[in-house]
Amino acid sequence: VSLHELWLLFTHCLMLSLLAIGGAIGTLPEMQRFVVVERGWLGAADFTASVALAQAAPGPNLLVMPVVGYVAGGLPGALAALAGMLLPSSTLTLVATRWGSQRRETRGVRAFIAGMAPVTLGLLLSTGWLLSVPVVRTPVAVLLFAGTIALMWGTRVSPMWAIAVGAVAGAAGWV
Amino acid sequence: MLNPPRRPQSPRELFTAFTRMALMGFGGVLPVAQRELVDRLGWLQPQEFAEVLSVGQVLPGPNIINVSLMVGDRFFGLRGALAALAGLLCAPLALVLLLAALYKNLADVPQVAGALRGMGAVAAGLVVAMALKLLPSLARNPLGRVTCGVATLATAAAIGGLRWPLAAVLLGLGGSCCLLAWWRLGVKR
Repeated sequence: VSLHELWLLFTHCLMLSLLAIGGAIGTLPEMQRFVVVERGWLGAADFTASVALAQAAPGPNLLVMPVVGYVAGGLPGALAALAGMLLPSSTLTLVATRWGSQRRETRGVRAFIAGMAPVTLGLLLSTGWLLSVPVVRTPVAVLLFAGTIALMWGTRVSPMWAIAVGAVAGAAGWV
Repeated sequence: MLNPPRRPQSPRELFTAFTRMALMGFGGVLPVAQRELVDRLGWLQPQEFAEVLSVGQVLPGPNIINVSLMVGDRFFGLRGALAALAGLLCAPLALVLLLAALYKNLADVPQVAGALRGMGAVAAGLVVAMALKLLPSLARNPLGRVTCGVATLATAAAIGGLRWPLAAVLLGLGGSCCLLAWWRLGVKR
């Protein structure tokens, strides 16, 4: 990848960092729109695979971004994505912590949390949808997809087990 | 209080504590962080953790990242914040990039490609489940259930279907919802 492309990835992540209201996962549709649809740095299936890799490993969900960056542009891509995602929101957090803790019961802050809640939910649903499109195409994949939702919704089983079952079923050639 | 509040002795201790949390956190570190910081280490009281989390949720950026920064800052200022953040990120980043490198080299092996497709289907399911778990909290939302439902579907359609830019949707839809919530919160009083 060229320096110019790394710069584009970095600046796009700078923006995503400030838009990450519902966590890093909520910004994935925008990341997908940029790297897959607009730039074509990787395919939709590769994008879903990157997210799956990040979910399979322990650590903050934010690490999805450097993995996408890595698959798109190697180690420089990973570092550009990570630095972009961290800089703006971390700076703001360190500056605004005291401001926020004094005002968290005010009408403005409560209105912000309440107003953003349904939007966050909508973002997560679109993320799930966009991730499923390239892979959920066979009966077994549909079963894995729906089974995971049911398992996570109804039980307290660790997501690790669901991912392991998915990996085994896929490696066996059923998906 | 029976037990005096405990605290980390050095930024190094913060670093190792957050590394431990990160490596235990499959599918999100936040639940582990609460268990570790409040129950095991006793660095924060339950209400202190809730306070840190609620501020972290208002600020942009992933919640667990904000929580690590605020907890580190609380004990050792900027040095502590950076130590906690580095602890949270370093080990898992190395691990996940190793996996990504393996994937890039082995993507042509049919078993690997298949395994990733299977894991992808599960990953998509995990995100949908994450969304569904937020549903109960919407029942108490001052916007009311109908408005919440409409706003959720409108967001999903605009982002997932029409592929509108996130900034526009957050500003337009999110902004309108915040204004409506502001108004409703005022009427209730």
